[in-house]
Amino acid sequence: MTVSYPRLLPCGDSALVVEFGNSIEPELNRRVLAFDALLAQEQLRAIRETVPTYRSLLVHYDPTLIGYEELGAKLMDFATRKGLPSRKGRHWRVPVAYGGEFGIDLDAVAERAGLTTEEVIARHSGAQYRVYMLGFLPGFTYLGGLDPKLATPRRQEPRLEAPAGMIAIGGIQTGIQCIAAPSGWNILGRTPVRTYHPRRDPIFLIEPGDHVTFYPIAMREWGALDRAGEAGEWIAEMVDA
Amino acid sequence: MSFLVVDKVGPATSVQDRGRSGAQRYGLTSSGAMDVTSLAIANALVGRDVSAAAVEIGPLGAEFTAVGGKVRIALAGADRAATLDGRGAWLNETVLIPEGGKLAVGAARSGVFTYLGIEGGIAGKPVYGSLSVSARAGLGSPYPRPLQSGDRLEVGTAREEAFEHRFKPFLVEPGPIRVVLGPQDEAVTQEAMALFFGAEWRVSPRSDRMGYRLEGPKLTHADGFNIVSDGTVPGSIQVPGNGQPLALLADRGTTGGYPKIATIITADLSRFAQTQAGGRIRFASLPIAQAQKEARRFAAMLSQIGERIGVVRRIANRE
Repeated sequence: MTVSYPRLLPCGDSALVVEFGNSIEPELNRRVLAFDALLAQEQLRAIRETVPTYRSLLVHYDPTLIGYEELGAKLMDFATRKGLPSRKGRHWRVPVAYGGEFGIDLDAVAERAGLTTEEVIARHSGAQYRVYMLGFLPGFTYLGGLDPKLATPRRQEPRLEAPAGMIAIGGIQTGIQCIAAPSGWNILGRTPVRTYHPRRDPIFLIEPGDHVTFYPIAMREWGALDRAGEAGEWIAEMVDA
Repeated sequence: MSFLVVDKVGPATSVQDRGRSGAQRYGLTSSGAMDVTSLAIANALVGRDVSAAAVEIGPLGAEFTAVGGKVRIALAGADRAATLDGRGAWLNETVLIPEGGKLAVGAARSGVFTYLGIEGGIAGKPVYGSLSVSARAGLGSPYPRPLQSGDRLEVGTAREEAFEHRFKPFLVEPGPIRVVLGPQDEAVTQEAMALFFGAEWRVSPRSDRMGYRLEGPKLTHADGFNIVSDGTVPGSIQVPGNGQPLALLADRGTTGGYPKIATIITADLSRFAQTQAGGRIRFASLPIAQAQKEARRFAAMLSQIGERIGVVRRIANRE
């Protein structure tokens, strides 16, 4: 069956999905974010909130104000417009303490890739990543642009409690998990950056469409940076805003 | 101000309102009451907005003492025994707890969650417009976690009034839980879809505010069980690799990588969330236009709950 995009999918009686494709590609994600930005600009009263993902936008709306057909038609009209606005993403530099007790899977990732741990760190911190989306958990940052050599399948048995600040690889993606939670990803290291901090303003730092690069820090730098992060400092550096 | 002190409490009891919005794009889920209908009744009885924060009492019991003043409360939702200083107290009507008085609420006899609404409300600091506890996110006010014994909720002091209020309960219509197909209904085979609607499902004991696992026949995927992650809503019915559906609820992850074959309609979510572990349910499909009609009727019903509340004279022999 061939599917033509964008297309509309119902998601219960109070949400719908505008799907732009079915893959993980920068251009596809840019269209989702541009569409999201356009909706924010239009300020439709019936829309409660939107959730951009790799390839679709989930739109929560109030069905007492508008029905699926009518809202759907309006959104499809927006979605097929040419020249959607695009937001210039920001670029974040994020420190990582790689390996040791913070990166319990670094050796295994290196062995699987046929690289030394130093080479894994160099490749992982040498790339620039696109923030495709935040989701699942608060501040969980899904990053694309991983060196294919570092791609590592998720673990058969997820860990019941992966630590806060985990920097890890899941398949062809890498990501930042901000709070402690179960995870099947392969853990390379840990960052003192809180992508989510409920007692800081702003609560969230990184937006979908931003870019991230990592740089290694020494274990002895960890304590001070982690305390500063907990106290509400950003730690992550924003370059070319 | 007065306090409601938690003397004893089981797990899964927390402060909840209608949940937060605006941050699902950052992965922060909505949380909020599992049964918004009973939340609305408990609030309306004590003169609060139907969406205000109340104590969501989990399947086991809890005990509270009023400290610093009288506290007027109302219980609604899952049926359970309750006593005020040892004498019977009832669901669906206001209860005035005198200063030093003790309210004891038993385990749920049917259903799961009972809401304790409080006149004057619970003091706290909203984040994204909500006091709701999201334990994983470390959010919620006044405590960013489920309640523990010794906790003190700062609450309104009861007004002096000669009358108490009572709610005339709705008839909850039994029958299947209604769903709208999609967004990924094509991810399972047609036979699996027929099984989903034909089978009786059992709510697994491994269920919580994040979601209810359903046990029954194995649903077969048409073409693998991984999708490129997309957004979830309360009531999304996800089918992971093991073919056993998981209905995502208030504390769900905001995105997920398993297909979601159907979504429970808003009007049936409260009833679904009140299904105990071991309880059996069936699903029925509803066209979206009809589901939205039900959603509008449900919203109107919530806003009119106040009309079903009557004034009752304080019953002298319970003084």
